[in-house]
Parts: sequence; structure tokens; C-alpha cells
Amino acid sequence: MKLRVATVWLGGCSGCHMSFLDMDEYLIELAGLIDLVYSPVIDVKEFPDQVDVCLIEGAVCNEDNLEILRKIRERTRVLVSFGDCAVTGNVPAMRNPFGDDNRTDVLQRAYIDNTQDNPGVPKADGIVPQLLERVVPVHEAVYVEYFLPGCPPPAARIQEILGQIVTGQTPKLTGPQLKFG
Amino acid sequence: MAAKTLIIDGKEVSAEEGATVLQVARDNGVKLPTLCHLEGVYDVGACRLCLVEIAGTTKLLPACTTKISEGMRITTDSDRLRKYRRMTIELLFAERNHVCAVCVSNGHCELQTLAYSLGMDHVRYDYIFPKWNVDLTHRMFGMDHNRCILCTRCVRVCWHIEGAGTKNVAGRGATSKIISDLNQPWGDSESCTECGKCVMACPTGALFNKGTTTGEMEHDRDKLEFIVNAREKQQWLP
Repeated sequence: MKLRVATVWLGGCSGCHMSFLDMDEYLIELAGLIDLVYSPVIDVKEFPDQVDVCLIEGAVCNEDNLEILRKIRERTRVLVSFGDCAVTGNVPAMRNPFGDDNRTDVLQRAYIDNTQDNPGVPKADGIVPQLLERVVPVHEAVYVEYFLPGCPPPAARIQEILGQIVTGQTPKLTGPQLKFG
Repeated sequence: MAAKTLIIDGKEVSAEEGATVLQVARDNGVKLPTLCHLEGVYDVGACRLCLVEIAGTTKLLPACTTKISEGMRITTDSDRLRKYRRMTIELLFAERNHVCAVCVSNGHCELQTLAYSLGMDHVRYDYIFPKWNVDLTHRMFGMDHNRCILCTRCVRVCWHIEGAGTKNVAGRGATSKIISDLNQPWGDSESCTECGKCVMACPTGALFNKGTTTGEMEHDRDKLEFIVNAREKQQWLP
């Protein structure tokens, strides 16, 4: 039975997924070892049931992120925080020091103060998700089993942890493999 | 000076009276993690990473400020010590905004290196995300309080190697802050000699040369060692 693997992109820059693609020819080997059941790189709309492992890129920034993350937790055996945004909050969390009301200020700055044409905060209920008061790393929102830091984690590091997972070992990174940034 | 005999990690060693546990450990090839320790200035025991176990006391003691004594039995590595060191380093990350990915010292940072050496894969404590500013008023240097771990290396080199006394600590606890003169913008400081020793001494990206960007700031520790060596041993080594 192949492992059912998913990857998801929350509040991040997609750099971790780019690094995933940087695994080059290992991707061909990996494709023979796993079933990729949900990911930004495949066209599946709904997160499936009974997933074995899900790599989560990005911090938890908005209501959408939180909702899908809770769904993922319910439907997945093992979660891996994938990259610094997921592990620490990283760059997306840099709005947190501006206080609990930072949502308004941040949107004002980005969409009104610094724009010349058509200033206005995009608002479309049900389409544009509301920002959370505070950006949190994934493990502050749901329980996470393993951590894969790096901004982005180098391809070799992703390969290392996936290699451990597909061969049934307990994922463990040590030393410089755990470097943040 | 009288020699003392003691046991460090089960190995019998001798050292001169007055030496610290850290000195004896390093002289005997025993590795201990440190952040606030800096060769050439006195130790303050601020970072708590060099904590060791000493037989006869249940307290963990910082190796850098604990003097050796005859018959002392020291343990530098145990599950308990690893647990506390990991806790300490995580608390340092949770206390300020250490965003390695966009830090001037990314790749050359003692905090970052120690974190992975101690096996920190994530921080178990909620991040505080405090609001701190960046002082860019100085002509040559910048100070980012977000990255400061309050090790006070900059304060000690400023007072005791340069003798300028520009840098100081204000406040209490986690809201303590490194200040210039009487908590003035650094650029307004009349005592700062612009020697840059504070920047050389900083273990993180808190103090940096202006104009450096992500990952570019390498603290010129060799220069500091050269000065200390010249002063203490009268050796002007290139």
C-alpha cells in the first residue's frame, strides 16, 4: 500500500513548494513510492479522507487557513510543518508586533496608504477570507507531529525527511539540517 | 598559584586556583554552549546556556561564573542539562522577533547555530511578538532590538575594552533594553567613539554595519581577539 501524501500552501510564498520541486529526479522515484492525493501542484479541489502524511507550508494567517488546517488535522495521520512560516510564523507573522488591531492597520497601509490608483481594501464576503487577529505557527493552531525548518528548506533536507517517512522510520533531522532561515 | 584537582565528566583534571569551570572545561576539550561569554571581558552568567551540574548541590550553576574548588565533581552533559538548555534557547526565540530568513546575520549567527546544535526543531512556547524599534540614527552602525538577546557583550566591550561607556542596559526583565548614553538615539551619543567593538561582539543580528542586508553581516570577531590578545599578552599577532 502506497503512502497517501498531501501538501498544502497556507500563508507562505510558495518557496517551500518550489524547493520541493527542486528535488529534481528524486521526484520520479518518489512518485513510485507515494500517492500524492492533494497539493497545489495537482488539481484536486477537496482535501481527501485518510491521508497518511501532509506537509504544511505557510503560517496560519486568515480564516481560510484555519478552516482547512482543522480539516487536514481531522483527516490526516501525521502533520509536518514545512518551512519556517509553518514552524515559526516567520515573515507573515511580522505584523503581530503591531498589536491585536494590526489587521486594520496592515490592510490600510497596503491597500490605501501606499496605492495611487483605486485605493480600497478588497472585501468580498465568502471569497476574500478575513485576516486573523494574529498570525500563528501551525503548531499553535493544531497538533503537529514533525518539523522541517528552513526558508525554504533545501531540497536535500526535504528529501531526507521524505526518505525517512517512506521507509517507515521516525522522521528526525539533526544539526545543520535544523537550521532556520 | 595553587593547583586544584577536580573531576569533569568523570575525568580527573587539575587547574589553577581562581579558574572558572568554563575555562577548565575548554582547556580540557569539553564543549559547553555559551552565548554571553566573550574572551577578553569578564563573565556575567546572563544567558544560562553553560549551566552545569555540580555534585553536592541540586542547583544548576553557570560554568562561566563558577570558580573551581578542590575535589569538585562537574557534569557538563546530561538529560537534565540538555532539557534546560533547549528550554532556554527556545525562550530566547519566543521573547523577541528573531526572523532568521530576513536577518542580516542569517548564516553567521551564534543564536541560530546554537539552536540547531541543541536540536531545536521548533519553539514550544507561544511567541510574544513584542514591539521593538530599530535605531538607525548612527552614521555607521544600526541596532535592531528585535534580535537582541540581552547578553550584554556590547556593553562589556564598550566599557572595558574601548572604555567609552556608551552602551548600557535600561529597564527590567524581558523589557530590558540596550541603550546608548542616557537612552538617547545612538547617533546623538557624545561618548561613542565609533570603534565598532559592540558590533564585533554581538552574537546575533542585533548590532550591524549599516548597508548590510540579509545574511551579509559577519561580525569581525578576529579583530576583537587581536585587541584583547595585544592588551592581555602584549602580543601583536597578525
